[in-house]
Amino acid sequence: MAGTLSERIWDAHVVRRAEGEPDLLYIDLHLLHEVTSPQAFDGLRLADRAVRRPDLTLATEDHNVPTTPGPITDPVSKTQVETLRRNCAEFDIKLFPMGDVDQGIVHVVGPQLGLTQPGMTIVCGDSHTSTHGAFGALAFGIGTSEVEHVLATQSLPLKPFRTLAVTVDGALPEGVTAKDIVLAVISRIGTAGGQGYVIEFRGSAIRALSMEARMTVCNMSIEAGARAGMIAPDQTTFDYLRGRPHAPTGADWDAAVEQWSTLRSADDAVFDAEVHFDAAELTPYVTWGTNPGQGLPLSANVPDPESFADESDKASARRALEYMGLSAGTPLKDIRVDTVFVGSCTNGRIEDLRAAAEILKGHKVAQGVRMLVVPGSTRVRLQAESEGLDKVFSEAGAEWRLAGCSMCLGMNPDQLAPGERSASTSNRNFEGRQGKGGRTHLVSPLVAAATALRGTLSSPADL
Amino acid sequence: MDAFTTHTGIGVPLRRSNVDTDQIIPAEYLKRVTRTGFEDGLFAAYRKDETFVLNNPSYAAGSVLVAGPDFGTGSSREHAVWALMNYGFRVVISSRFADIFRGNSGKEGLLTAQAGQDDIELIWQLLENEPGAEVTVDLRSRTITAKGIVAPFEVDDYTRWRLLEGLDDIGLTLRHEAAVTAFEARRPSYLPTTIDA
Repeated sequence: MAGTLSERIWDAHVVRRAEGEPDLLYIDLHLLHEVTSPQAFDGLRLADRAVRRPDLTLATEDHNVPTTPGPITDPVSKTQVETLRRNCAEFDIKLFPMGDVDQGIVHVVGPQLGLTQPGMTIVCGDSHTSTHGAFGALAFGIGTSEVEHVLATQSLPLKPFRTLAVTVDGALPEGVTAKDIVLAVISRIGTAGGQGYVIEFRGSAIRALSMEARMTVCNMSIEAGARAGMIAPDQTTFDYLRGRPHAPTGADWDAAVEQWSTLRSADDAVFDAEVHFDAAELTPYVTWGTNPGQGLPLSANVPDPESFADESDKASARRALEYMGLSAGTPLKDIRVDTVFVGSCTNGRIEDLRAAAEILKGHKVAQGVRMLVVPGSTRVRLQAESEGLDKVFSEAGAEWRLAGCSMCLGMNPDQLAPGERSASTSNRNFEGRQGKGGRTHLVSPLVAAATALRGTLSSPADL
Repeated sequence: MDAFTTHTGIGVPLRRSNVDTDQIIPAEYLKRVTRTGFEDGLFAAYRKDETFVLNNPSYAAGSVLVAGPDFGTGSSREHAVWALMNYGFRVVISSRFADIFRGNSGKEGLLTAQAGQDDIELIWQLLENEPGAEVTVDLRSRTITAKGIVAPFEVDDYTRWRLLEGLDDIGLTLRHEAAVTAFEARRPSYLPTTIDA
């Protein structure tokens, strides 16, 4: 056994290798949603090409769907969703439409069905495909031309990614979560720090995370510029997968586990770059700016743009403070929010909802704060409702919604108004990401819930 | 895809770093199901600012975008490439591109020319001093020329070859369909399918 985890999975999927050309890589699972697929299907039709492996392809409706009951009212959104339905029917692709019990955000649906398994190659026309790397899969986002390529050939020509080891050792302090780990990593290495790399997250703090927490970490690898994030599979992974609808059974299960158990980087594997973190030093994190690398511990103050060494970082920070309506030196904890959003492919799974509910239980959302809680999939919603979490949220004054991408991006009715400020468990604080003029602070579900109660950026320890 | 050998057009200085794909085209403009018409969403938020470079008539017909580092980060939306191309851009020059954006550009025939930040600074100064000045980007020699400035740029060999030939990636892969079929015969039986379990 030699090489890193990602190199080993890569090598096992090379269909064809030739000097001076990219490797042709086989794709085990192709996920689709309504936004990045219509032009790919059009391309197939124009060239009179078929979908090679509809049985390795799955579609769901997520970006455009409203999270309140009823049909899509925006005619353009409606067309996009209807186009996906027509395409899936024409090319015989399994689709989970709105209203289906298996519908949800594409990166929540794959894992919960057991379709995401160790050692696989997984792609989707969506940058947060990195989520699936939590299972020890090589999973990465692609563009629409590549979606068309995979539909037609079940393979992709790609040049090998470089490898970056991010090791987090030690025990996380109380109230510090997977989201804080990944926000701290991005703040340290920057939005380009992972460019061209697959990040392998390692170390005792990563091993101690649940599968859902690992998904949160891998999900945001792309925000550090990385193509993918991954974590070697272990007993936690196998326990999560066992019994899921598409997980292997019987002799296949035994064969799979035997194979999966070998999936790790060799002891002598050499990474192109390595970074270390001490989990014990991490604290709840929050972003203050307009890219996910502009983050700080919640106990810090809004930074002075002049304190950055690099000219382009200075300019970027100045612009960010202006957009965010913040002044240097303001304690982050003094920042008042209008909206709190719990959900998305980053933090819309059942453990995230349980964590937020635990904080909210028996309390009321602060006066003037709107809180949206949006499960990542319909099955997550049903699970939460069976545990009574919906009641906890409603009684606290939060809105309990149907599954979808919701306020993570301004493509559906859940948006910030211009100038409105949110604490959000989603993944991007770009200008206008949550709605034109909206101001986003990225946080963990625990910080989101505590912020909802106090009305200012807060951690549970502040309650 | 049209072949790309050399292009000359008005250069547009975009002095910003970390221009993510949400800035290139916000989500609300992603709802079309065609590859055309996305120019209306290009830099939609920036264009509301009347001092934004594309609102200056001298640059409005630009086709070579000269941007700051880390261009195209964030979402995988190929709509960002379509928006730039629909508007009329054929080349983006930056010292650093996000990976997915660069890949998408190569598929569509938008050249992402990676140049040194010092050279970009010189080109910015030229374009700001002489609005409407032209920039020539020669893919054969991997050279950017603008007035007295001659700067090399990087683009990987394979993408360069495909762009020069105007080759369709899928057609290239389909030449190796037998290899794909042979690979499929070797896949382990426990791997999942999306057919109802």
